[in-house]
Amino acid sequence: MTRGQFISRVIKPVLFLVLLLPLALLVEQGFSDNLGANPVETITHQTGLWALRLLLLLTLAITPLCKLTRISELVRLRRMIGVYSFFYALLHFMTYAVLDHSFDMTAILEDVVKRPYVTVGFSAFLMLIPLAATSTNGMIKRLGGKRWKRLHKLVYLCGLGGVIHYLWLVKADVLSPLNYLAIFIVLMLFRLPDHVREKFTGPLRSFGQRSSQLLKEEKS
Amino acid sequence: MLIKKPADIKPSEITDQNTYLNRRAFIRDSGLLGVGIAASVMGLPWSKQSWAEAAPGKRVYPALAKSNFSTDEKLTDFDDATSYCNFYEFGTRKSDPKENSQAFVTSPWSVTVDGACEKPGTYTLEDILKPHTLEERIYRLRCVEAWSMVIPWVGFSLGDALKRFQPTSKAKYVSFYTLHDAERMPGQKRRVLEWPYREGLRIDEAMHPLAMLAVGMYGAELPNQNGAPLRLVVPWKYGFKSIKSIVRISFTEEEPVSTWNQVQPSEYGFYSNVNPTVDHSRWSQKKERRIGNWLKQETLMFNGYADQVASLYSGMDLKKFF
Repeated sequence: MTRGQFISRVIKPVLFLVLLLPLALLVEQGFSDNLGANPVETITHQTGLWALRLLLLLTLAITPLCKLTRISELVRLRRMIGVYSFFYALLHFMTYAVLDHSFDMTAILEDVVKRPYVTVGFSAFLMLIPLAATSTNGMIKRLGGKRWKRLHKLVYLCGLGGVIHYLWLVKADVLSPLNYLAIFIVLMLFRLPDHVREKFTGPLRSFGQRSSQLLKEEKS
Repeated sequence: MLIKKPADIKPSEITDQNTYLNRRAFIRDSGLLGVGIAASVMGLPWSKQSWAEAAPGKRVYPALAKSNFSTDEKLTDFDDATSYCNFYEFGTRKSDPKENSQAFVTSPWSVTVDGACEKPGTYTLEDILKPHTLEERIYRLRCVEAWSMVIPWVGFSLGDALKRFQPTSKAKYVSFYTLHDAERMPGQKRRVLEWPYREGLRIDEAMHPLAMLAVGMYGAELPNQNGAPLRLVVPWKYGFKSIKSIVRISFTEEEPVSTWNQVQPSEYGFYSNVNPTVDHSRWSQKKERRIGNWLKQETLMFNGYADQVASLYSGMDLKKFF
C-alpha cells in the first residue's frame, strides 16, 4: 500500500469515526443526564466549539502540516474535516434556532441584525453552506478546479468569523477565544509568501525557517 | 388515608447524611426508581420541597420560619443550583466554583462595617446573626445571562441587619465587598475582574424587606460555591448584584462602584433591575431559560416582584438607569 492509499483507506475512515466522537459524547451525556444544569447551553457550546476547532484544523492546519511533514497526501483528509465542521455548525445553529428561539424567525432575524456576535457567527455559517454543498467530487469537476479553489478561499473568512463570534460573546474572560484567535493568526502566517512571513514570525522564526527550508529542499 | 403532610418529622432525623447524600445511587441501585418517582409525585419526602439539602461539611438548620415572600414555583434541583455558578473568585467556568471552593474555610468569619454609620467596627459573623430569626424565603433568581432558578434561601431582611449599625443621614448608599484573598480564592490569581468584587444598593433598596442577607439555602448552610458564609440576595435585580462571601459593608454618600459596571458600563448598569424591555447590549433580556427546562419563558418586570418594588423607582427612566 502506498502512503496515499494508506491515508485514504486507513486514516480517513478512522478519522471519520473519531470526528463523530464529540457528537457521540453529547448523546451519551444526554442519555445519562450528564449535560449539566443547563444542557442547552452545553450542547450549544460544544457543537460551536467543535465547528470552530475543525474549521481551524481544516482551513489552516492541513497545508502547513503538509509542508512540514512533506506528506502532501494529507490534503485528502481536508474535505471530510470541512464537511464535519459544517455538520457541527449546523447542529450549533439548529440548537440555537429550535431551543433558544423555538423557530421564531422574527426573533432569530432580530438577533442577526441587532447583535454583532450573532451577525458574525450567522454569516460564517451561511458562508459554510456553499462550501459544504460543493464538497463532492462531482461538484469539483463541474466547477473546475480553479473556480472551486477560489470559492473555497471563503473558508478563511468563516474561520475568522467563528473566532470573532466566540470573542464577542464572552462576558469578561476572553482567554479561551484569544487562544483560538492566536491559533488562527499563527496558522494564517503560513499563507503568506515565504519572504513576507519571515518578517512577521518573530518568536516563530525558527519554526518558519524550518518549514521554508523544507520547502526549498522539496523544490530542489 | 393515613399519609399526612410530611413536615412533622425532620427527614434529617431519620436518615443519616451519608445515606441521604447517596440517595440517588441508592434508589437506582436497589431498583426502587419506581417507588422514588411515585413518592415524588405524591409529595412524600423524596420531593425537594420538604428536604434539607446540605453540601459536605455544612450544617442543616433546624426548624425555619416560613416567609410570605416565598413563591410556590418548583424549586431548582439542589445539584443544579450548586454546580452551575457564577463566582469568578473560584474560576470563570460554571463548574469551577464547586470544584475549586471545597477547601475554602469560612469560619472564623468577620465583617467590617464602616462609613456613614454610628456603629462602625468589625463584627464576627455570629454577632451579626445573633439578633435575627432565620427564615426560609423561596425567591426567583434571574441571571443577566438569561437563565433563572428558584432557590429557597435561609436568612433575614438586609434592612434589619443594616439598622443595627445605625446609618446616618449621609448614608445614601450601601456598598458590599467580597473577600479578596487569592490564596483562598484561586480565581483571583488572574485579573479577570478588578478584585475585590464590589456591589452596591441605594439605601432605600437595601432597606426594602425583600432584600435579604442569606447564610443558607435548601435548609442548610450555604455551600462555598454559592457564597458562604454570608451573601446578599436581591431577587428583583440580576444575579450579579447578589454579592457573595461578604467581608465589608460600607455606608456611602456617593453611588459606590459595582464591579460589572466597572467592567463594561454600557452593558451592566448600577441598578441592574431585571427588565425585559431593556436588552443587554449583546443579547435579549425578553426571555429566560429556567434551569431544568429546555425552552425559554418570558422574563417578568423586576423578576416578578414589580408589585413590591416598582414604587422604589417611580419617576425614574429605567431605560437610562438600567
